Amino acid sequence: MSTNILTKRIADARAKGRLGLIPFLPAGYPDKARFWTEIDQLDEAGADIIEIGMPFSDPVADGPVVEHASLKCLDAGVNLAWILGELAARKGRYKAGLVLMGYLNPVLQYGLTRFAHDAASAGVHGIILADVPFEEAGPIHAAFDPQGLVLIPLVGLNTTPERMALYAKGGKGFAYFVSVLGTTGVQAGFDTGLPANIRAGLEKAKTAFDIPVALGFGLKHPDQLKALDGLVDAAVFGSALIRHIDAGGDSKGFMQVWK
Amino acid sequence: MNKGYFGDFGGQYVPELLMPPLLELEEAMARILPSKEFQDELQSELTHFVGRPTALTFCPNLSAKLGVRLWLKREDLAHGGAHKVNNTIGQALLTKKLGKTKLLAETGAGQHGVATALAAARFNLECVIYMGATDVERQSLNVRRMKLFGATVVPVESGTKTLKDAINAALRAWIAEQETTHYCFGTAAGPHPFPLLVRELQSCISREARSQMLAQAGKLPDYVVACVGGGSNAIGAFHEFVGDASVNLIGVEAAGSGKPGDWHSAPLSLAGSPGVLHGMHTQLIQTPEGQILPSHSIAPGLDYPGVGPEHAAHQASGRATYVSVTDDVALDAFIELSRHEGIMPALESSHALGWVLRNAKDMQPGSNVVVCLSGRGDKDLDIVNDYLAAKA
Repeated sequence: MSTNILTKRIADARAKGRLGLIPFLPAGYPDKARFWTEIDQLDEAGADIIEIGMPFSDPVADGPVVEHASLKCLDAGVNLAWILGELAARKGRYKAGLVLMGYLNPVLQYGLTRFAHDAASAGVHGIILADVPFEEAGPIHAAFDPQGLVLIPLVGLNTTPERMALYAKGGKGFAYFVSVLGTTGVQAGFDTGLPANIRAGLEKAKTAFDIPVALGFGLKHPDQLKALDGLVDAAVFGSALIRHIDAGGDSKGFMQVWK
Repeated sequence: MNKGYFGDFGGQYVPELLMPPLLELEEAMARILPSKEFQDELQSELTHFVGRPTALTFCPNLSAKLGVRLWLKREDLAHGGAHKVNNTIGQALLTKKLGKTKLLAETGAGQHGVATALAAARFNLECVIYMGATDVERQSLNVRRMKLFGATVVPVESGTKTLKDAINAALRAWIAEQETTHYCFGTAAGPHPFPLLVRELQSCISREARSQMLAQAGKLPDYVVACVGGGSNAIGAFHEFVGDASVNLIGVEAAGSGKPGDWHSAPLSLAGSPGVLHGMHTQLIQTPEGQILPSHSIAPGLDYPGVGPEHAAHQASGRATYVSVTDDVALDAFIELSRHEGIMPALESSHALGWVLRNAKDMQPGSNVVVCLSGRGDKDLDIVNDYLAAKA
């Protein structure tokens, strides 16, 4: 098993008898100043990995909640230089592993090599690029791997064992399993009992990957976590955290509910 | 070269969740498309439903005026009033062969939406069209046409509420509905294999035009000129001529108002740069930080911030030349062709024609120029009337 820090954070959580918790917040949400307060709270409240969204004008894998939040951040002037600059200034401050999630084009325009260097220097451990499937990942790995920056594999309910194996080969950090055939924020289609297709998909992923598997997309309330016990190693919360903040809550309160 | 690339452009930049239906489509293209059964059925549909071959019309009056021999490839005569149906009939037929029961599609101005809806009606397929909320408002006639053909029209309220957001919404919907649904992509763009599939289905334009020129003019054209938004009529009009080195291929983009600072739709000829959008690596109108900018053209069908990857490759290799004309040049061409030849072109096609009207003086006298008249102009009468009223 790899000793990558993202892998280790999730393993530490499992050793404490719980799932790894991976909250997601778009960079600069709900505003540029408060965002860093929220990140501090997520870290202090025990987030194992913090996932920060890199906003893009055309986020095809996201539902309305994340898209709206991302566009609001873009309007506020959030860009990669700001995100990486602010993270560099805070380097060493967070216990949690740090992952950036977004789409390829802003990273491409920043420059793949420059991005890999600046992200790694700022203390970022992994990157999720929602529109880069295995077929297009070659140049990304070529830029990221020398910096020790991990490209997190993203698979789903309709990923065949053959394609899972492609992602699993050389996969580092953790694997992100999308629990619905849909976009972020869509109901995961289960309440407390786990539907057979999600169970089968997760079992397929657990078999394919020797890194931890995190389930994301559509988690709404803590009871859902119980149904996942033994099938996944971690869970990602995106739209749920944004909704919580939109309703006047803060990240500390959010983490208390889920932990 | 990687799969699905034209030089540096193309690819499959989609979420993993969309790879299975794209791989399925690739496989279907290789297995079903070339089969005699499919080709016979497609040919029968093109002949008896679409009305192909479309005419190649010589323009005596404008030719005399311009000093070159102007020919129009009459896609305006295809059923539905534009070239769009060549693609939708083929994809609808393919959908049947795949055993799927539903078509979903994006549309900007509504032309592709209408062409998809009528193909769905003919093949007894369900049909859902995603259309930017702004476009739903300004193209209400096409919305009514789609509904008459039995389609459900979903207004897209996200982002800029136009074509690019409709594509985002359609891609999202396809993720959820891939088992029963085919995404009938409207132009020669998007993730592989759509640029190839749409080119394949639109190449009837240049196959016919090439043999019609040889029959009617006794020689190949010196220029083939087509408007480029996503670029499906242009790739269809160019394809069979790509190997004919003597034929100049000219793609005409929309420069919008032409005023500094205003939006345009010309990533190849004005201010584009390489990037990734809607599943492809291509030339885009974007900020230095990689955010996609809004586009604009008076021709709704050209209003798109990207372009099909094969056009980006033709530009890079120099095989085709890409230029742009403004709204005004297109509007003038619309009026000229109507008055002098009795043919009312779509505002999209008017861009291609407008470029010829402006540049014929620089061509060898007597050159044979084929313009792809991609659609008819009835849909644009309100816009043209407003322009004439403002000019008066």
